[in-house]
Amino acid sequence: MDALNNGDTAWMLASTALVLLMTPGLALFYGGMVRSKSVLNMMMMSLGAMGLIGVLWVLYGYSMAFGNDVGSGLLGNPAENAGLQGLFVGTYTGDSPDYPLSGSIPALAFVGFQATFAIITVALISGAVADRMRFGPWLLFAGIWATIVYFPVAHWVFAFSSADGSVVGGWIANDLKAIDFAGGTAVHINAGVAALALAIVIGKRRGWPREAMRPHNLTLVMLGAGLLWFGWFGFNAGSALGANGTAAFALVNTIVATSAAMLAWLLVERIRDGKPTSLGAASGIVAGLVAITPACSSVSPLGGIAIGGITGALCALAVGLKYRFGYDDSLDVVGVHLVGGLAGTVLIGFFADPGSPAAVAGLFYGGGVDQLWRQVVGALAVLLYSGIVTAIIALLVKAAIGLRVTPEAEATGIDETEHAETGYDFSSLRGGGGLGTARPPVTRTPGQVPATAGKES
Amino acid sequence: MKLITAIVKPFVLEDVKAALEQIGVLGMTVSEVQGYGRQKGHTEVYRGAEYSVDFVPKVRVEVLADDTLADKVVDAVVEAARTGKIGDGKVWVTPVETVVRVRTGERGADAI
Repeated sequence: MDALNNGDTAWMLASTALVLLMTPGLALFYGGMVRSKSVLNMMMMSLGAMGLIGVLWVLYGYSMAFGNDVGSGLLGNPAENAGLQGLFVGTYTGDSPDYPLSGSIPALAFVGFQATFAIITVALISGAVADRMRFGPWLLFAGIWATIVYFPVAHWVFAFSSADGSVVGGWIANDLKAIDFAGGTAVHINAGVAALALAIVIGKRRGWPREAMRPHNLTLVMLGAGLLWFGWFGFNAGSALGANGTAAFALVNTIVATSAAMLAWLLVERIRDGKPTSLGAASGIVAGLVAITPACSSVSPLGGIAIGGITGALCALAVGLKYRFGYDDSLDVVGVHLVGGLAGTVLIGFFADPGSPAAVAGLFYGGGVDQLWRQVVGALAVLLYSGIVTAIIALLVKAAIGLRVTPEAEATGIDETEHAETGYDFSSLRGGGGLGTARPPVTRTPGQVPATAGKES
Repeated sequence: MKLITAIVKPFVLEDVKAALEQIGVLGMTVSEVQGYGRQKGHTEVYRGAEYSVDFVPKVRVEVLADDTLADKVVDAVVEAARTGKIGDGKVWVTPVETVVRVRTGERGADAI
């Protein structure tokens, strides 16, 4: 067992805050892309995940993901750390504090860090069902999905066995040895294919794709993309679980691959549509971040540019698939997260550099196809499990309580019908003084006009 | 009395306002409107998907004027708003039966 390291602990506490900020960032990214009548519901699906998953994580989620394996690397023991029992025993003060550690950081720092991953993975799915999913069924779906899809898959990918064999982890991390540094499979393929399944079960929005449903606020989208990139340094560099060289390596890849992906997306748009767009820039940023997530410790910065560039162009093309196949993945969770996650995970098999912290050689570095097949198997395993189980969960929730708002509510706007609010009040005739509010009595005599004439509230 | 209504391009509003002040127009009502004539709309592209935006933003200027001033108002607006390109807008004149100033109760031409 390592000793506590203050530097590592400080970085992990900061990383946790960074990754947590990604979910409100995602809410802005998604919220700006929907029509103004749905912006609050869109953001509430992300915030709802923060509420629900934060609680489930402490109750049993952490234990399912990181408890000792109960068999074949498929699931952690849900009872072992239920309610985080066993993780906060000992002395916290005095000269020789003694409490459970995870590597060189307090076990609870690891609990907090991983909680933020569970939250954003669930929130990512919501982009596929914009404008039409009732809030209650969303929360029910989110809770079941986290329990039987995310927590087990996080165990497969993120739970490493201890060196002495006393703690056994998940099968993808320890037996298959596929490289997924920060969650290309567990987070992005997982959420991306879940989004596809949920979008198919819930059905298209009324009028899609005939009606124009253009983004109502691209400045929010760009602010959200900026916050996602900012928080992603915690996501990727934080996944080094310490303030060390691997973290710095991951951080540089998180810059350069993202930059390359944005340029590639804009290039595709310039050639295909004639104009590079701001939505394309924001989308390219996210595609690049998704792609480099699994790969940031295993490819050189030049490899990072290649992975980012390839994925940026690929995702720019993949967002058109929904029109060809007729599924309403409203905000392109499939095109960006599923396709980007698959690309990043599989490209490690080609670009893995033995000089990187992961020290594995891919096909282009003389390693043959050994790592490539591991990457493909890991990606497909998560794809199939999450896709099938998500479809079953969605069908069950649909049968039990229904998923959609009524057609009238969808036309009126889901913000008003699900939350009794509207995102914006630009009209002076509604709320905020105007019709329906009390007015001060008028005592002026004719001929006297106050300096504020015409500006009365 | 006449009501002169002009639909013009948003960026000429300041010129129209200045031209009307020049000929002694004391007030006007301005609103942001959308519509199309021969100019039609334009196309926007989001993640490769095209959206046609049929309605173009315009500004509607409404001015009340005495019969004697109405033609000068029309000329001033047309001159200030003309760029010579498609989409410059329209100006029309309608007769007004009566006008009342809310504050004083004055009626007719005095209320303008």
